[in-house]
Amino acid sequence: MMHTDTAPPGTVPAFHQEEEHHPENGTLLGFWIYLMSDCLIFAVLFATYGVLGRSYAAGPSPSDLFELPLVALNTSMLLFSSITYGFAMLEMDKGNQPMTQRWLAITGLFGAAFIAIELYEFAHLIHEGAGPTRSAFLSAFFALVGTHGLHVTFGLVWLVTLMVQVHQRGLIAENKRRLMCLSMFWHFLDVVWIGVFTFVYLMGVLQ
Amino acid sequence: MAHSLHAPTRTRSRAGRIARGLALLPLAAMLAGCNLVVMQPSGDVAVQQRNLILASTGLMLLIIVPVIALTLLFAWRYRASNKEAVYDPDWHHSTQLEVVIWTAPLIIIIALGALTWISTHVLDPFRPLQRIEAGRPVPEGTRPLTVEVVALDWKWLFFYPEYGIATVNEMAAPVDRPIEFKITASSVMNAFYIPALAGMIYAMPGMETKLHAVINKPGDYNGLSSHYSGTGFSRMTFRFLGLPAGEFDQWIAKAKSDGKDLSREVYLDLEKPSEQVPVTYYKSVADGLYGLIVNMCAVPGKMCMNEMMRIDAAGGAGTDSHGNRERLQYDNRYIREGHEPPGATTPASHRPARGEVQPEGMKPDEHNPAVRGSDPQPDRGDGPAAPQDPVAPAQRNN
Amino acid sequence: MFSDSLQKFLFGRLTLESIPFHEPILQVTFAGVALGGLAVLAAITYFRFWGPLWRDWLTSVDHKKIGIMYVILALVMLLRGFADALLMRSQQAVAFGASEGYLPPHHYDQIFTAHGVIMIFFMAMPFVTGLMNYVVPLQIGARDVAFPFLNNFSFWMTASGAVIVMLSLFIGEFARTGWLAYPPLSGADMSPGVGVDYYIWALQIAGIGTLLSGVNLIVTIVKMRAPGMTMMKLPVFVWTSLCTNVLIVAAFPVLTAVLALLSLDRYVGTHFFTNDLGGNPMMYFNLIWIWGHPEVYILILPAFGIFSEVTSTFCGKRLFGYASMVYATVVITILSYLVWLHHFFTMGSGADVNSFFGITTMIISIPTGAKIFNWLFTMYRGRIRFDVPMLWTVGFMVTFVIGGMTGVLLAVPPADFVLHNSLFLIAHFHNVIIGGVLFGMLAGVNYWFPKAFGFKLDPFWGKMSFWFWLVGFYVAFMPLYVLGLMGVTRRAQHFDDPSLQIWFVIAAFGAVLILLGILSFIVQLFVSIRNREALRDETGDPWHGRTLEWSTSSPPPDYNFAFTPVVHDLDAWSDMKKRGYSRPLSGFRSIHMPKNTGTGVILGSLSVVFGFAMIWYIWWLAALSFAAMLVVTIAHTFNYNRDFYIPADTVVRSEDRRTAMLAGRA
Repeated sequence: MMHTDTAPPGTVPAFHQEEEHHPENGTLLGFWIYLMSDCLIFAVLFATYGVLGRSYAAGPSPSDLFELPLVALNTSMLLFSSITYGFAMLEMDKGNQPMTQRWLAITGLFGAAFIAIELYEFAHLIHEGAGPTRSAFLSAFFALVGTHGLHVTFGLVWLVTLMVQVHQRGLIAENKRRLMCLSMFWHFLDVVWIGVFTFVYLMGVLQ
Repeated sequence: MAHSLHAPTRTRSRAGRIARGLALLPLAAMLAGCNLVVMQPSGDVAVQQRNLILASTGLMLLIIVPVIALTLLFAWRYRASNKEAVYDPDWHHSTQLEVVIWTAPLIIIIALGALTWISTHVLDPFRPLQRIEAGRPVPEGTRPLTVEVVALDWKWLFFYPEYGIATVNEMAAPVDRPIEFKITASSVMNAFYIPALAGMIYAMPGMETKLHAVINKPGDYNGLSSHYSGTGFSRMTFRFLGLPAGEFDQWIAKAKSDGKDLSREVYLDLEKPSEQVPVTYYKSVADGLYGLIVNMCAVPGKMCMNEMMRIDAAGGAGTDSHGNRERLQYDNRYIREGHEPPGATTPASHRPARGEVQPEGMKPDEHNPAVRGSDPQPDRGDGPAAPQDPVAPAQRNN
Repeated sequence: MFSDSLQKFLFGRLTLESIPFHEPILQVTFAGVALGGLAVLAAITYFRFWGPLWRDWLTSVDHKKIGIMYVILALVMLLRGFADALLMRSQQAVAFGASEGYLPPHHYDQIFTAHGVIMIFFMAMPFVTGLMNYVVPLQIGARDVAFPFLNNFSFWMTASGAVIVMLSLFIGEFARTGWLAYPPLSGADMSPGVGVDYYIWALQIAGIGTLLSGVNLIVTIVKMRAPGMTMMKLPVFVWTSLCTNVLIVAAFPVLTAVLALLSLDRYVGTHFFTNDLGGNPMMYFNLIWIWGHPEVYILILPAFGIFSEVTSTFCGKRLFGYASMVYATVVITILSYLVWLHHFFTMGSGADVNSFFGITTMIISIPTGAKIFNWLFTMYRGRIRFDVPMLWTVGFMVTFVIGGMTGVLLAVPPADFVLHNSLFLIAHFHNVIIGGVLFGMLAGVNYWFPKAFGFKLDPFWGKMSFWFWLVGFYVAFMPLYVLGLMGVTRRAQHFDDPSLQIWFVIAAFGAVLILLGILSFIVQLFVSIRNREALRDETGDPWHGRTLEWSTSSPPPDYNFAFTPVVHDLDAWSDMKKRGYSRPLSGFRSIHMPKNTGTGVILGSLSVVFGFAMIWYIWWLAALSFAAMLVVTIAHTFNYNRDFYIPADTVVRSEDRRTAMLAGRA
């Protein structure tokens, strides 16, 4: 069946629509596709870590370097920030602008704490002579964790920008859409971090 | 199916056909005059690879020729000016035809896939040979001739562990004796390729690949690098001599009598970038030199890769292992010793951008005899940093 | 000493020596570029075109204008890439025995690297993206793409990458590693200097543009189709575009990541792909080809789409086997991820791995073969008009199957062992890229040019161009097949064996024929512009087209369609014509459209500065330009006023003009 229109045979069906056509807004789909492509970047970095993760170049191994309590603290910072972002979104749905802003600020603080702890960890490693140039394992480690950290940093810049915009214009449709995008981004980074925590830190220390 | 592919046959002019045949003649003459070595090889492995090319091409022509013929035929027959041809604008589907156009290629690919699976396993370069020629299996107890090959910047070094000799840019093998090549490289990737003998395989630093082959006809053949490796790549060729057993022994004897000693120092000098190095024989070889090259530790004081891998497999060397880092750096030796690396560009090449000055390692240049071979370039002050500091490349700022 | 470190701070490693004053070829090129550039600037000033250029083109978010700019970029880069090809062909035709030729190796090596990089990233990619940009929204009955600003930004990132590659011609040197920059050769220790850094930053910046444009077009196709246009009623070109953009989104991040790792090796001193300290160069081969093989299909699938549109239009028939065409495209999309290892069988993977990848590669030829048959049976019982686009299509069908055959041959691992990296391989991929992608793009240009500009291209010079290209291709590349069978490897700057020379001379002659093809194309453009009144297309449907882009005027109004079309059948426009559709003459409303913005141009320019500063280690400038990019981006998000309405009476005026034009013709 090739002719699937409903007009009876012999008559001319409508070939245009009079009212304005409003295609669905594609921002969320587009952003989701972008996140999937970002996910592939992380996939490459994970694969690289998988290949190089045991090439210590006669140097330190994960169990020599990683301090699980610190990483656990760090992980909890990021997980809390995800939860608080969720609260911010709930408040946004209610249209409660002050509470939204408050939760966003708390999310930002958790995120900043995460970055601060990560930077402390990096500085400590480099100070011990275990910088990214020491071995292929450390190169892959710094690339993977550092890329994640850069994403979080970028997310923080975005978060602050959005808070200013919400402050200026309130919870208008555009701002809600932007908050949704950042929400996806933020939870995505959380998921990636769970992979990093398991694959790099836990399995590194346990092996 | 109501539609037939019938088209009225047209008689093409005989003269046209002859003219086309004549036009092909010079082409055929040219092809006959040149040496299609891949199509007329002299080693059994390459012969099997040639046969595989012919068989696969034949299989594919079964479908390619009709497609090209039909394309031209339909293009001609259904041209708009031909009012006799049937015009059926609504004909766009035929289940039978669709089945045919998917199954015809499928059948060819099944056949070709089977051929691929079998031939890839039979002709796996890592697999010891089963036969010397069609119908001649390798006799029981035959020991293959082992040749250890090192791709240097831009020459080839061959070790013959059985005879304790080594050669540069020339190798020989007795006819009809299986050869086992062990292949590695010193700095960048190359591919080891003797078209008359067998297919190529990459030569990679810090790794060893293998190739099994046999030469069936005596002769003087070309060998080359077939993976781009920097400045001197085009001239990274060597001679491969297929010799009858007696002559091969003489060749070995000549290397033993005329040759020099290949000590580690001599090797390290040979390893520096140079081009068109004349054929050289070495009557003796430092103990385990090939092993040191594969493990990237021919330079005294370096840690061998196999040792590093042993340490890594045992869980690394802990945090107090800073000394190992320096011992494991191999790649920076050109810059450290003041040689131009194989892919250097301005400003690190210390030549004017896109100028006429030949890169270091090139054959002598009459305009600028100073630039040649392995003479280290004078450091201009803005050159590589002191060797010890563990700086990032970008920090060297050259 | 102080001034020395000050100079290093200010200019990084950039010195006067970096500018090739000494090289006559470059002096002439530079003089030519400079004079040509000045002439263009003068002309723009004289004709007072600066304002319109900025308002209507550079800052435009109209997908049609962005598409045209992409194609112009592609054509300019085609000239540059082809100049490289001529240099290589002439060098290889003369450099035998005692003769060194005229290009020393370090120069020749840059040329073949630049040729590959430019032809793939800055010729074929913008060409494909440009045609998709122009045609896809029109074919699905949309007014623009989903994210018009992003589209403009993507274009400027691509253009910025091209600018960086071109800069390497006049400031410093380009990489001499081959177009995929394999380590360890491309690492910091083996390729110090700016060459590989030019390569990395050009590709990274252009890659961002490509990726975002991929996201944009996917969303456009998924969300913005006209009512009634279900997935199985999409024009085939839209299907192939969709698959191509899915491939882009799924492949380019891998390229971005692998190049980022290579730049970490080069800038920070990490050990991903070094020989020492645990690095693994083989990983680079794998990763780059996980991007690289899908890239091949990113280029060829839209060409397949163009051939499908052209075949069915010029045969005056519905495409044979639409559904199997769609399935074939989707199968190719998926399979293209399972074949990457066939690019390095010779690395020494085991027989099981090699034969797996060999066989998956061959399987791709099944859907591809089905496509060829579909075109073939579209011609069957058609009424074929041999206008220029159809000539390219027939030329493609004959040429491409030969390239496909040699490709399948190379997929047989033991055969690849003797043909890999040889001139046979070079002949093979030029056979599919020229015979497939380029023929497709030129068919597309000839096909859609009247839609874009309102007049057809001159057919005589189009045919000249086609025949020169076709014959030139065979003369240039058949000798390379022969040379490959003679065991001749690629990328050699010099040969010892004089018996090879005749083949290289023939190939060089073929390159000259292709040059004539390119010149004919340029002449075709000029002649057509001069005779545009005689070639004018007043109907909007010069070829008796079948898809929606032909239902609107040529060139289409800014808003593409006054009313959104409603689709009932495949080949919607053909269906409308057949069932007595009449164009609405009244009832027009104001139309909601996106506003132009200069942010894309500004970000593109800043990214050129940033890339340049990174290449030459001018750290302060890199930091400054990066910060500037951030500020501009954030500032852009504070602009909420991004759209406007085209007033109804403007729409009425432009639709009335079309009515008058159609009536005047009748």
